[in-house]
Amino acid sequence: MFSTALTWSDLAFLAHGAGMTLAVTAVSVAAGTVLGIVFGVIRFQFGPYWSAPLTFALDIFRSVPLLIQLVLGNALQSIAKLGWPPFTTSCVVLSLYTAAYCTEIVRGGIDSVPVNTRRAARSLGMTWWQDMRYIVAPLATRVSLPSWIGLTLGVMKDSALVLWLGLIELLRASQILVTRLQEPLFILLLCGAIYFVISLPIARFGRYLEERWSPND
Amino acid sequence: MFSYTFHWNQAFRALPQMLDGALVTLEIALLSMAIGLALAIALTVFRLSGNRVLSGVATAWVEVARNTPALFQIYMAHFGLGNFGIHLSPFTALLAGIAFNNAGYLAENFRGALKAIPETQARAGRSLGMSSLQAFRYIVLPQMLRVAFLPATNQMVWAILMTSLGVTVGMSSDLAGVTQELNARSFRTFEFFALAAVIYYLIAKAVTLAARLLAARMFRY
Repeated sequence: MFSTALTWSDLAFLAHGAGMTLAVTAVSVAAGTVLGIVFGVIRFQFGPYWSAPLTFALDIFRSVPLLIQLVLGNALQSIAKLGWPPFTTSCVVLSLYTAAYCTEIVRGGIDSVPVNTRRAARSLGMTWWQDMRYIVAPLATRVSLPSWIGLTLGVMKDSALVLWLGLIELLRASQILVTRLQEPLFILLLCGAIYFVISLPIARFGRYLEERWSPND
Repeated sequence: MFSYTFHWNQAFRALPQMLDGALVTLEIALLSMAIGLALAIALTVFRLSGNRVLSGVATAWVEVARNTPALFQIYMAHFGLGNFGIHLSPFTALLAGIAFNNAGYLAENFRGALKAIPETQARAGRSLGMSSLQAFRYIVLPQMLRVAFLPATNQMVWAILMTSLGVTVGMSSDLAGVTQELNARSFRTFEFFALAAVIYYLIAKAVTLAARLLAARMFRY
């Protein structure tokens, strides 16, 4: 019952796929967070009326399936003759997708900073930038961190969809092995276990930071 | 830069087909939501039961559903169950995968909602002579569903977006599947998928709006 045709090189193949998943996730989350912070500040600063076009544009990324977004992104880059490899296309689409969710998190974080605290900073002679940097950023980060960790884990799982563009990440790698070895259950369980093992440390790290940053609660 | 000529006519001519696909998408999403809701209530009862085996099953279910990709869960239903001689059609596999995912996320929402309901209420019910299941059914459940309504709406939108994953296991009757078939025949990828994106967007917005109207009617007091 426990005999399997899985060899060490197959395991290495799976590990390579997991590496691809991690690479796509890392690039997308990093770029998406930077964009999300910029968009979030813009949305907060301009108010609901003037930032409506931005809100609408970002809402599209949250209301259209990621699979469709990836296909559209790939079609667009070939129409524009950019000649991007699948990795670049996937990262660009996933970054925008991440940014759309991150914007909401950032806006919520800034919203949670009491207006009086900010007024106090400004009346002490701080500039807008200093207020943002030394008052809002630390307070908002604490509030937003749990959702941001959740977003990171979500993007890690959603990155499985890039297999549609031909990128061999964890799920695609295990699918290839399933086709070759005909042991779907065992290999898929292995794949699921790897996803679990990847997301556990991220979740733990988030909980650690959360505890460490709130010693007075 | 743009030497590509768009052929939107072809896409618009296929609109009726795609709208039929959209109906199938909505049908899968609603069915998966109904099954997921029933399962999530069962999981919540398991968790509250105090039975170690039952609450272990519920915790494992929620953890797996939340920590693995939805696509993985659909693959599991489609390819993984083949090991036991169970061969699901793409439709059933897709439905099973999304329902499994919905149940996990909804059960977690319910856990959050339960915190908003004072424990003393269930105890008051018990002291009035209700059985623990009756107390859950008539006192806890209605309040829990009310608190969890908004997160459940989000989950419904997620379910609609997840139905597009069916195309990876060979589903060809839902919106994504129909679009992919049209695309394979004509290679007008951008036009067809852009139209599909618009339809998905409209469905998602319509569902959100309907839920908001429903909430306004149901939760007036």
